[in-house]
Amino acid sequence: MIDKLHAAPMNLLPPAWRPQVSALLRAGETLRACLETDLTADLRYARGVLLLTTDRILHLTAEAPVREWPLGPTLTLRQTDHAGVGLIELLHAETRKGLVRFTLAHALTATHWVAEFARLRADCDSVAETPETCPECHSPFDPTTGSCVACARDLASPPSTRTLFRLWRFARPYRLQLLLGFFLTLSATFATLIPPYLTMPLMDKVLIPFQNGTPIDRSAVILYLGGLFCAALVGWALGWGRTYVLALVSERIGADLRTTAFNHLLGLSLEYFGGKRTGDLVSRLGSESDRICVFLSLHALDFVTDVLVITMTAVILFTINPWLALATLLPLPFIGWMIHLVRDRLRTGFDRLMRVWSEITNVLADTIPGIRVVKAFAQEERESKRFLAANQYNLALNDRLNRLWGVFSPTVTLLTEVGLLVVWAFGIHLIAKREITVGVLTAFLAYIGRFYARLDTMSRIVAHTQKAAAATKRIFDVLDHVSSVPEPRHPVTLASVSGRIALREVGFRYGSRHVLRNINLDIAPGEMIGLVGQSGSGKSTLVNLLCRFYDVAEGEILLEGVDIRNLGLTAFRKHIGLVLQEPFLFFGTVADNIAYGKPGATRAEIIAAARAAHAHDFILRLPLGYDSLVGERGQGLSGGERQRISIARALLINPPILILDEATSSVDTETEKEIQRALENLVRGRTTIAVAHRLSTLRKADRLVVLDRGQIAEIGTHDSLLAANGLYARLYAAQTRQHAEDGSTGAEHA
Amino acid sequence: MTPAFSLARTVFGRLTLTLEDGTVHEGVTPVRAFPLSAPDDYIALVSFAGRELVAIEQLSELPSAMRMLIIEELAPREFMPRIASIDKVSTFATPSIWQVSTDRGPCELVLKAEEDIRRLDRTRLLISDSHGLHFLIEDYTALDQRSKRVLERFL
Repeated sequence: MIDKLHAAPMNLLPPAWRPQVSALLRAGETLRACLETDLTADLRYARGVLLLTTDRILHLTAEAPVREWPLGPTLTLRQTDHAGVGLIELLHAETRKGLVRFTLAHALTATHWVAEFARLRADCDSVAETPETCPECHSPFDPTTGSCVACARDLASPPSTRTLFRLWRFARPYRLQLLLGFFLTLSATFATLIPPYLTMPLMDKVLIPFQNGTPIDRSAVILYLGGLFCAALVGWALGWGRTYVLALVSERIGADLRTTAFNHLLGLSLEYFGGKRTGDLVSRLGSESDRICVFLSLHALDFVTDVLVITMTAVILFTINPWLALATLLPLPFIGWMIHLVRDRLRTGFDRLMRVWSEITNVLADTIPGIRVVKAFAQEERESKRFLAANQYNLALNDRLNRLWGVFSPTVTLLTEVGLLVVWAFGIHLIAKREITVGVLTAFLAYIGRFYARLDTMSRIVAHTQKAAAATKRIFDVLDHVSSVPEPRHPVTLASVSGRIALREVGFRYGSRHVLRNINLDIAPGEMIGLVGQSGSGKSTLVNLLCRFYDVAEGEILLEGVDIRNLGLTAFRKHIGLVLQEPFLFFGTVADNIAYGKPGATRAEIIAAARAAHAHDFILRLPLGYDSLVGERGQGLSGGERQRISIARALLINPPILILDEATSSVDTETEKEIQRALENLVRGRTTIAVAHRLSTLRKADRLVVLDRGQIAEIGTHDSLLAANGLYARLYAAQTRQHAEDGSTGAEHA
Repeated sequence: MTPAFSLARTVFGRLTLTLEDGTVHEGVTPVRAFPLSAPDDYIALVSFAGRELVAIEQLSELPSAMRMLIIEELAPREFMPRIASIDKVSTFATPSIWQVSTDRGPCELVLKAEEDIRRLDRTRLLISDSHGLHFLIEDYTALDQRSKRVLERFL
C-alpha cells in the first residue's frame, strides 16, 4: 500500500521532470498529485509542473525558479476557466498568493488535482484514483468518453493505398468465393493467351511453306483454327464465370460495409452528428461505398488480370526468344516510374475532390429540408449561387486533375508505340540473321498488342485505386470513430425503475464553454420538475445529459442510485419517453409512427395511446385513419396534430421517466390547451422533467428549478418562488406583463 | 353479445345511435380505424362533430342487423376500386394518365408521382390518383403480363 502511495503519483509525472522533482522532495514528504501546466502567469507558453505534496505546493517551470507555498490551514484553492484557459488561484486569507495557468487540455487533471488537495485537507490518507491516461500519448483522458482528445486522428493526412487492405475485414466472410474468382481469373487469362501461340505454327508450318510453293495442309489448318476457336470459347465461358462471381462478392462486401457503417453511425453520440453535416455523411455512406464496390468488382479484378497477363506473357515471350523479350519489356520501367510520379499528386487530389463532392451534397441536404425558409426569404438565387460555387470548385479541381491525367495516359500510349517499333526493328534484324522465323515475330507482335493494352489499362487503374482508397478512408473515418457515449463494458441491469433520479455535481461544457456546473438535484419517483430559465441557461443541455445524448463532463447522474453511464444505453433509454419541441414523424403510417418505440404493439395499445394523447378523433378524420401515410416531416398534419402523435408515441412505451423539451412552445394557445390535456394523461404517475419557455405551462409542476447561466439559482414551487421574489418572480412578471399586452392588442384586433 | 348501445336508421336515411344512458345521437358515421391493415377491427361511431362515441372492437361482435346497418353506411364512404388490369398509360414519366379496368368498370386515373403507389404488403398496392381517390391492386404479381410490365416501370 505504502509503495503504491509513493509510486502512483510518481508515475503520473512526465519522465523529464522526475529527477528534478525527486531531488526537491524532502524526507518523509510524498507526492500526492501532479498537474502539467503549459502557460505562464502572463500567458506565454512554457512547460511546467504543479505538484501537491503532503507538505506544500510546488510549481516548477522551465524558465522561472521553483515557487513553493506551504500547506497552511488557511490556504485555499479556487479553480476557474475562461475561453480555453484554466486558472488555479492559491488564496491565503483573502489575498492571492499565487496563480497557475494552463490550457484546458489539462482541465481534467486540474480537477483531479484540486480534488486531491481537498482530500488532503480532509486528512484522507488514501490516494484518489489516478485518472486514466491515453495509451498512445499518455495525456490523461476522460475514462467515460473513451477517446483521447490529444491524439485524435489527423484527418487531413492523404489516404494511403494501404487503407484498401482494411477492406479485408469485410472480404473475409467471402474468401472461398474470392478464391474461386481468382482461380477462374487465372484460367481465363491463360485461355486468352493460347491464340497468339497458335499463330506461330500457323505462320511457319502453313503460310510460309505455301508461299514457297508447298500446298496448304488442310487438316493442320482445321486443327489450328479449331484450337483458336476453342480457346476463344473457353476464355469466354471462364471470363463470364469470373466476372459473375467477383461482382457478386463485391456487391456483398459493399452492402456489408454500408450496413456496418450505418449501424455504427446510429450508435454514435449526438455530439458527432452535431459536428457533421448530413450531406457529408450521406455521401460517405451512399456514393462512396458504391465507389468501393465498383472498384472491387471492376477495377481490382482488371488489375489482377492485368498483372497475370503481363507476367504470363513475359514468361511465354522469354521461352520463345529471350533477346526479343528483353527488347519488348524495355518501356516497362519507364511506365512504372511515371506511375509512381503521378500517384502522389492524384491521391491528394481525389481526396479533395470527394470532400468537394460532399460539399455539393451538403448544399442539397441544407436546401431541400429548408425549402420553406428559402422560398419565404426569396433566397433561391443565393442557394443557386451556393450550389454553383460548389460545382465550380468541383470543376476546377477536376480540371486540374484531368490536366495531369491527360498528360499521363497519352504518354503511356506513346511509350508503348515506341516499344512496338523497337520490337519490329529488332525482330526484322533477328529474322535477317535467321535467328527467328516470321511466325515467331507474328506471335510476338500478337502478344505485345495484348501486353501493352494491359499496361495501358493498368496505368489507368492508378486513378481508380486512389479514388477507392480515398473513399475507403472516409468510410473508415466513420467506422473508427468511437462513440463519446460509450456502451459500458459490464452494463448493470435495473430490475425495476421507479424514476428516482439524482444529479451530483453535474457539469458540462461545449468545447471550452462551461454550460452547466455544480448541478445537484434529487428527483423523487413520480415528481414533476419544471426547468425554467432564460434561453442559454442550460435547460436543453441538462435534458440532453439526462437522456444521455451526451455524457457529463463532471459529476454523475444516478438512476435508482446507479450511474447512468453504467447502464446499457438502449436499456436505459427504454425507460425514458421524450417529447420534443419539433416532433419528428418518420415516413410511414400513423400507426407505425405511434408504435415507433414498441414495434410489436397491438392495435388496441395504439388506439389507447392515441386516445390518451387526444389524437384519436383527428386520426379518425384522416382519409385512411391509422393507415394514413405521414411524410418525412409529417406534411399534411398540423403542428399540434404531429405533437399529439409524438405524445402518443411516448405514452405507448409507458416509460417511468418522461422528458418534455419545450413540447408546447411551437403551437398556439388553443392547441396548447389540447396538448396540455394530453400531457396530463402522460405525466400521471411518472417522473417528469419538463422544459418550458412559457411559465404558465409549468404551473402543475411539483417543483420548479430555475437555472441561471448554467447553475441552479432557485428551487421551489410556483408560489414559494413568487414569494421569494427572486429570478423566477422577475421572469414570471415579465411574461404575465407581455401576456396582458398581447391579450389587449388581440382584443383590439378582434 | 349484446352491445351497450343501439343503432337505427331514421326516415331521412341517417344513422341514430342510442347510448346506454339514453342519450340519442343523430347522424353518426362509422369510421374504420385501420381501413387497410385490419378493416373489420376497431370501428368507431363518430358524432356529427367528429367525436368518437362508441368503439367497436370487432364488427363480428355485433348483432347482424346492426352490422348490416354499419356496412351499408360504410360502403359509399369506402369507394376503392380494385384494378384488374392496366390497359394503357400515356407515358412512363409522371404525371401519367392510366386507363385501367376495375371491378367498378373501366376508368382513367392520373398518377401524379411514383410515390403515390404505396406498397401495403408484399403483393398489395394502393394507388392514389391526383384527386385523392384510392385504387387497390390486390395482388400485382397476379396481374396479366402486360399490366405487370407497365407497373414495374413505376415501382
